[in-house]
Amino acid sequence: MTISLGVFFAFVASTLGITYWAAKRSRGASAYFAAGRRITAWQNGFAVAGDFMSAASFLGLIGLIALQGFDGVFYAVGGFVAFVTILLVVAEPLRNCGKYTMGDVLAYRLRPRPVRALAALSTLTIATLYMIAQMVGAGALVALLLAGSGIGYNTAVVGVGVLMMVYVVFGGMLATTWVQIVKAMLLMACTVVLTALVLRQFHFHFLDLFTAASQVAYHQKGELVVKDFLQPGLHYRPPHGPLDLLSLSLIFAFGTAGLPHILVKFYTVPDAKTARNSVMWAMIVIGSYYVMTTILGLGAAVLLGPDDIIAHSGTNMAGPRLAHALGGDVFLATVSAVAFATILAVVAGVMISASTSFAHDVWTNVIHRGVERRSGESVLVARIAAMAVGAAAILIAIALGPGSNVLILATFGMAVAASANFPVLALSLYWRRFTTTGAIAGLTAGLGATLGLILVGPNMMGIDPPGATARHLIQARPWFPLENVGIISVPLGFLAAIVGSLFSREPSAEAKFDEVVVRANTGLGAERASG
Amino acid sequence: MNSPEENWPLPSLSQMDCARIASSRDFKHLLAVKRMFIVPAFLFFLLNFIGFTILVGYAPKLASIRVIGAVTTACLFALVQFVLGWTIAGLYLIASGKFDRLTRKVLAQIDRAQIDKPRGAGE
Repeated sequence: MTISLGVFFAFVASTLGITYWAAKRSRGASAYFAAGRRITAWQNGFAVAGDFMSAASFLGLIGLIALQGFDGVFYAVGGFVAFVTILLVVAEPLRNCGKYTMGDVLAYRLRPRPVRALAALSTLTIATLYMIAQMVGAGALVALLLAGSGIGYNTAVVGVGVLMMVYVVFGGMLATTWVQIVKAMLLMACTVVLTALVLRQFHFHFLDLFTAASQVAYHQKGELVVKDFLQPGLHYRPPHGPLDLLSLSLIFAFGTAGLPHILVKFYTVPDAKTARNSVMWAMIVIGSYYVMTTILGLGAAVLLGPDDIIAHSGTNMAGPRLAHALGGDVFLATVSAVAFATILAVVAGVMISASTSFAHDVWTNVIHRGVERRSGESVLVARIAAMAVGAAAILIAIALGPGSNVLILATFGMAVAASANFPVLALSLYWRRFTTTGAIAGLTAGLGATLGLILVGPNMMGIDPPGATARHLIQARPWFPLENVGIISVPLGFLAAIVGSLFSREPSAEAKFDEVVVRANTGLGAERASG
Repeated sequence: MNSPEENWPLPSLSQMDCARIASSRDFKHLLAVKRMFIVPAFLFFLLNFIGFTILVGYAPKLASIRVIGAVTTACLFALVQFVLGWTIAGLYLIASGKFDRLTRKVLAQIDRAQIDKPRGAGE
């Protein structure tokens, strides 16, 4: 495993170099929070991709497809199509109507303090869920890969946590962006090589891979079964499966467009046109990545087999094991190091969005009513917040331990984004009658319904067999039957926002709608590149 | 009540100017042209993706028909989602050339000195 450590430390050293370079260049709030708004379209496209393609979509997804076939492929499709919503609905107006956070867009027309406070609450909730998921993933990965080296789960979690604090505290958005660009390129390169290795096993005949994937043999409850991995239904089975799937599709279609760490990336570019072009770049990178990941997942199912994957340290290691089987020790080491890099880059992105929201929304605008008492105060607060958030995430990840389900935590975050953030963001950009009451109702209902339903759903409630390790928080039959709550929580978020607006009047918000539309479509008055 | 400007220092636009721009013929034309692309594209994308979900979830028999070799309709539709996403992005890129041209026209009509206050005010 020394090669793996070597590649990993090379990545860490180069990212620290980037951080040092960024820290020297970074002066002032817009440099710290928005990389001076000088990121170009292709750079931001790769950075968004590097921000979005998390441990879940590299380690988790390959394993999911290798075990559940087509039902896993659905996650790959969903992750990609979400960017159509970002492209058509969100990216350009967001860039034109805000400065650092989603809260800016809401505060433009509505009463700033309540909407910012709630937007920050939901942002911090999403960030926490996401960050813990990534940290647990990082810890588990290190513990598995470096089992012989004396580096355990806790050490790995602390290491990842401290590294990302260094990136964010010293390098701000500029360092984070470049770490994400480098990571996206490394991840793409690795995926291309691995995909080529898989396809070589089938002499580059795609159809042969698919034929093999249509009859995968493995053991289920002690019996040998042969399943068709190209047919849906291996995981999402009736009675509730189809509804769960529909629920998931709503979360994908709207959730990514409400994820705070994705939204902040569009403030790092000079104008709306660059924001638009950067989404195109991101779609090229992310789309081709997910197509290849699907091939890798099916390849793992065929070449390794579900039995082997389950026997060897679970779903998350299907990708690295495939790399080992096809490319040997050196390639395994490279893939593992890139997986760490992936986690580091995503965690840094989530962390900077959380600390920005705290400093800009909560501290400067809610507590101090928009007045920065000393220049540089908001950056200082963001740095302190980053350290606090990092420390909290380290402690929670250690408390939860390596056994917790990474993909589920990340999906929860996305569900909150789809149900609370996206409805109010879209309505404040596109609906004249939208009011502060509506925004408060939408954010509260979306956030509350998502968390509440998750709590009483099958992920948290369930009866574990006596003697087995407890998998459920509450030992009772679940009150809500679906794993994915989007089918209820997304419409509820929209409905609450609309009904709340209709039951209230806010002439000042209506009067300002023209301004929002003019700004959103022309970029008039939007902040330009600086520093 | 605090005005948003105090709390959120972006260079401010005058409300009157904005109302004037918003009701101008060029601006309305820009919005109409944008809407004509974005609304159908987004609805088509949503219906298509949700339709794909419904096919996969509720019509497993239909989704399991083999189309080419072992490839099922579900797989083919999954691939269609990617191709469609890229196609929409490509069409949007082409259409946005026109949006940008119309936006420049709107901006040219505005007396910029009146609207655009000094950059980065409040930074």
